[in-house]
Amino acid sequence: MTNQMITAQGLTKTFRSKGQTVEAVRSLDLAVGEGELVAFLGPNGAGKSTTLRMLTTLLPATSGGATVAGCDIRTDAAGVRRRIGYVGQGSSGGHTQRVRDELHAQGAFYGLGRRETRARAAELIESLELGQVANRTVQQLSGGQKRRLDIALGLIHRPGLLFLDEPSTGLDPHSRANLWQHIVELRRETGTTIFLTTHYLDEADQLAERVMVMDHGSVIADDTAGALKSSLAGDRVTLAFDTAADAAAAAARIGAEPDPADPRVVAVTAPGGDRALPRYIRDLSDAGIEVVAATHRQPTLDDVFLALTGRSLREEAAHAEPAELATV
Amino acid sequence: MTTTAPTARPTGFVHDTAAVFVRESKPLIRDPFSVVFSLVQPLVFLGLFGPLLIGAAGGDVAGTLQWFVPGILVMVALFGTASTGANLLFEMQTGSHERTLVAPLSRSALLVGRALKEVVPLVIQGTIVVLVAVPFGFSVNAAGLVAGLLVLAVFGIGFGALSYTLALACRNRDWMFWMVHQTLLFPLMILSGMLLPLDDGPGWMKAAAAVNPLSYLVGAERALLAGDFGAPAVVGGAIAAIVTCAVGVVVGVRAMRRAR
Repeated sequence: MTNQMITAQGLTKTFRSKGQTVEAVRSLDLAVGEGELVAFLGPNGAGKSTTLRMLTTLLPATSGGATVAGCDIRTDAAGVRRRIGYVGQGSSGGHTQRVRDELHAQGAFYGLGRRETRARAAELIESLELGQVANRTVQQLSGGQKRRLDIALGLIHRPGLLFLDEPSTGLDPHSRANLWQHIVELRRETGTTIFLTTHYLDEADQLAERVMVMDHGSVIADDTAGALKSSLAGDRVTLAFDTAADAAAAAARIGAEPDPADPRVVAVTAPGGDRALPRYIRDLSDAGIEVVAATHRQPTLDDVFLALTGRSLREEAAHAEPAELATV
Repeated sequence: MTTTAPTARPTGFVHDTAAVFVRESKPLIRDPFSVVFSLVQPLVFLGLFGPLLIGAAGGDVAGTLQWFVPGILVMVALFGTASTGANLLFEMQTGSHERTLVAPLSRSALLVGRALKEVVPLVIQGTIVVLVAVPFGFSVNAAGLVAGLLVLAVFGIGFGALSYTLALACRNRDWMFWMVHQTLLFPLMILSGMLLPLDDGPGWMKAAAAVNPLSYLVGAERALLAGDFGAPAVVGGAIAAIVTCAVGVVVGVRAMRRAR
């Protein structure tokens, strides 16, 4: 049993908006162990950021509670703040401040001594590749450089738990990849627990070990990306034949559905489809049915979201922020 | 192996205030020219309005400057600190204010450290205005100038705090900040008697001036810069500055404690 970094029970946030009560987060229970890398995935407005803001003491919960890094968010906000790093959706650095000055100020904010602050700032400037811009003001930085400064600011006091709210939104693909390399390295070197929100499917898929899918203020699935995909979506195996008769015989034999668009094609959803595919071909061949083409497609987290909600996350993202689809 | 034990250490109000003050002062130290830049407006009044006053006074240069320059000093304090909330407003929009809210800083320190920073540019600017006026015949009592700047500094902390309060209240509505700012700034200035004496004005203007802390400040600066430490106006100005400071800090700290 690992130590728990975050535990929440019944965490709820309601807002009053235009005379109506909106439940942004509904009685959320969650547990994150030390050293985990968890992605909070969901469409805009699902309640991801609101949850993060409650866990980081920025927003009081309407009801329910949580313990973060060993401190209660209600009774020991200062304790939580000393122990966590937080990188919000915005840019953390003041526009007219120089990069190094901001890091020094941040050290003082966290009660680090002067010498310790300077050493730590130099270390972070080095590891986050900010050396070239250390004496520039924040407004002179590129989007990727600003984001790396945000991460450096969040890490000044070596927190054991780092919250990242949409860390790569708005970055170009190159800067995103670079940012992720830094986050993965940080984790490998320090074992920092990382809790992040994202609406990039591939990001959650490739980088997080555990994905929590959030929709309408509730967590609707919570597992590794692999387990979510195999249990909720399953692999899709498609087989093509020379004739419709072959296809019908094959469909009956392996329990596949005929493709409505092409009578010579059948498809089957199978767990572990990559392993099932050669077996299907062999079985059918033994029965005298020759497969002329075969494809295997692994499910994506979008398939998972679709299976859970009947809606596509990718489409929702496209509706909300069309400009961002290009980088998905 | 990770640990939940923080390297961050608990700090107190004084430490936090100093940390916020140092951060706020950094852009000023890095780019001192910005202090001079915001002097343009008061210097325009000094250079373009001053000669008209001198003409109206029948060409009495020294006498007019003796009356006018202390008012310009109060104008420096007013203009410099009234718009300082815009910086906070901008930081609320970009996210760097949020970063300070997640840091283990006392909320009061976030306000007081910022308000204290107002003193630095104010003292530098006030000194520059006086130095510019001296070659034209303005005579200043050195001890009086120090006391005058001190009174202005106390006022500036309070007025800056009020500007930050306005920024916190106008979150995500910067047009409202500028509307309130513009609506109040000029009436406060004119009803202080810093540009023209209010002695010949109608009764309602005198009544309005009587509740305007700036008119007491202007009176005090005129007495102090002339070296008249015993004048009743000095006491009035000091009280006006202290009251502004106390009200500003109390209201500002309350607003910052509620900040999200």
